[in-house]
Amino acid sequence: MKKLRVATASLAGCFGCHISFLDIDERLLALLERIEFDRSPITDIKTIGPCDLGLIEGGVCNAENVHVLREFRKNCKILVAIGACAVNGGLPAQRNHLDLRDILEEVYETEGGLSRGSRIPNDPELPLPLDKVHPIHEVVKVDYFLPGCPPSADAIWKFLTDLLAGRTPHLGHGLLRYD
Amino acid sequence: MTDLETAAHPENLRRVAIDPVTRVEGHGKVTILLDDDNRVHQVRLHIVEFRGFEKFIQGRPFWEVPVMVQRLCGICPVSHHLAASKAMDMIVGAKLTPTAEKLRRLMHYGQILQSHALHFFHLASPDLLFGFGSDPAKRNVVGVIDADPELAKKGVLLRKYGQEIIRMTAGKRVHGTGSIPGGVNKPLSKAERDALLADIYTMLGWSREAVGIVRRLFDENLERFNAFGRFRSHGMSLVRADGAMDLYHGGLRMRDADGKTLLDHFDYGRYWDVIREDVKPWSYMKFPYFAALGPEAGWYRVGPLARVANCDFIPTPLADHERREFLSFDGGNAAGATLGYHWARMIEMLHAAETIKDLLHDDGILGDDLVATGERAERGVGVIEAPRGTLIHHYRVNEDDQVIRANLIVSTTHNNQAMNEAIRAVARRYLDGREVTEGLLNHIEVAIRAFDPCLSCATHALGRMPLEVTLANAQGVILDRRARAP
Repeated sequence: MKKLRVATASLAGCFGCHISFLDIDERLLALLERIEFDRSPITDIKTIGPCDLGLIEGGVCNAENVHVLREFRKNCKILVAIGACAVNGGLPAQRNHLDLRDILEEVYETEGGLSRGSRIPNDPELPLPLDKVHPIHEVVKVDYFLPGCPPSADAIWKFLTDLLAGRTPHLGHGLLRYD
Repeated sequence: MTDLETAAHPENLRRVAIDPVTRVEGHGKVTILLDDDNRVHQVRLHIVEFRGFEKFIQGRPFWEVPVMVQRLCGICPVSHHLAASKAMDMIVGAKLTPTAEKLRRLMHYGQILQSHALHFFHLASPDLLFGFGSDPAKRNVVGVIDADPELAKKGVLLRKYGQEIIRMTAGKRVHGTGSIPGGVNKPLSKAERDALLADIYTMLGWSREAVGIVRRLFDENLERFNAFGRFRSHGMSLVRADGAMDLYHGGLRMRDADGKTLLDHFDYGRYWDVIREDVKPWSYMKFPYFAALGPEAGWYRVGPLARVANCDFIPTPLADHERREFLSFDGGNAAGATLGYHWARMIEMLHAAETIKDLLHDDGILGDDLVATGERAERGVGVIEAPRGTLIHHYRVNEDDQVIRANLIVSTTHNNQAMNEAIRAVARRYLDGREVTEGLLNHIEVAIRAFDPCLSCATHALGRMPLEVTLANAQGVILDRRARAP
């Protein structure tokens, strides 16, 4: 049987959704009979190729997030927003009512304990931060939303097993959470 | 500024990027600048993360903070949950009840166990078992499962055990709510305690085996493992009043590369007297240093290697035996090696398993006196030894219970300069003057992974980023536009 090819990425997230994925524990061993990983933090594949499924954790907070998200959309037949940050921006979006320059100045220039003359980092290697943190559906079309901070391992497992069985994934009471 | 940090003439050099760094927790990238003869002129680990937690928690009620700030990180959220709680204990003036402290310790050592297992088995072991330049398609946890399913399963179940401890004490495996200012909000039931006791001896056995695996790897590759990415630095960690390793509480100790003590039993409530932070233009992650020595000479490492070398003893017998073996191995050389982090990490995993066993055998952990209060203060500092090293949370709270200032120095930030030194050492030894291959670039990542960095948040980039970015939605409507400041 052909394995489902799956890519995962974390944009402006905390990695908790990936950890929750690993929290399926020993079911991971059975799952690996049915899926194979493409680009993911747990493989050394750095550029995404054609995939059946893409799981995106985290919101969009800078230019690189935009790039990675668009590459995922282009390469994935099904794209899933996994977790509160991807679904609605999550906790990082709490900075949306603040002025970005003010935040950067406070953290890199005026906070106590900094070396004299500290300046906001501004190297071309650093991606430009966006004014606001955006949920991923504002930038690309999303096929499924898996809410929760993070969604539980059981919710992720239900989603994947439904999809692998050819059913429309459905979480239902108990697994559908917004904490 | 250290050698290879900044090239004299970057404009004529070729850029090679490792982007993103994989099999680490979070995101980062490495850039290397080479000349026409492949001589290395500059190597940098860039942290592209910026989320501004310090700013946006201002104005929030202090009792929300332990639940909020753990969203910094989904990998070791318990560390942030507990560091913030310890700071808030000071705000509410609480001295913890014995049961509350035991439950928090259980939560924390469960976290150490799961995080160390995750790092070794799921992320780092492919390099160590298959070789640094082995086939990248197999160099991952799936490859480990194929090659040694028994070993992989032990890793998965060790992690599961730690996560179950967190679930029972915090309510959820990731982003739980168990710790609150002044204590904890959930007792441990006898049934939960018994369920954990039933498996703890298996976990102890597997943790001992894991220490043996790393020791064997050193035995078999002695010269390479000792020399790989090696550099000299100071090390910092918390130690208990009697000098013992303590991952939940203690005073700050710093020692130099020769073992000379620079700082001991320092009250972390005044950490700003001894630690400053430098900012460099090419990283959002700051560069902390020991204030008395300045940014050039005062940087240090934290985490398992620093802790095992800094403490006078480990207060559990199996781990202390392994500590002594490690410190005397090859005349003490392994204890200064970058890859010695893996060995020290597995010693700590064993220590965590022993500590969990002792806590579960202590009936005091089943008590129900969980919360204390005392005299209200306006400033709180919480410090803990997170899996990756010393973690500092510092808050000021106004009379309306709102946070008005916050400063966080996370573990991986303390290791920023150390990680840069390690990858420069690898670049000098393995890349300089050679054709750059995937396998050689993975050597750089092997050095970074030794630290188990948590680069959580942000990104990856291909080439130089534009000076202006416009974000439009699928319908072409512009949502956001940014230009780089001149």
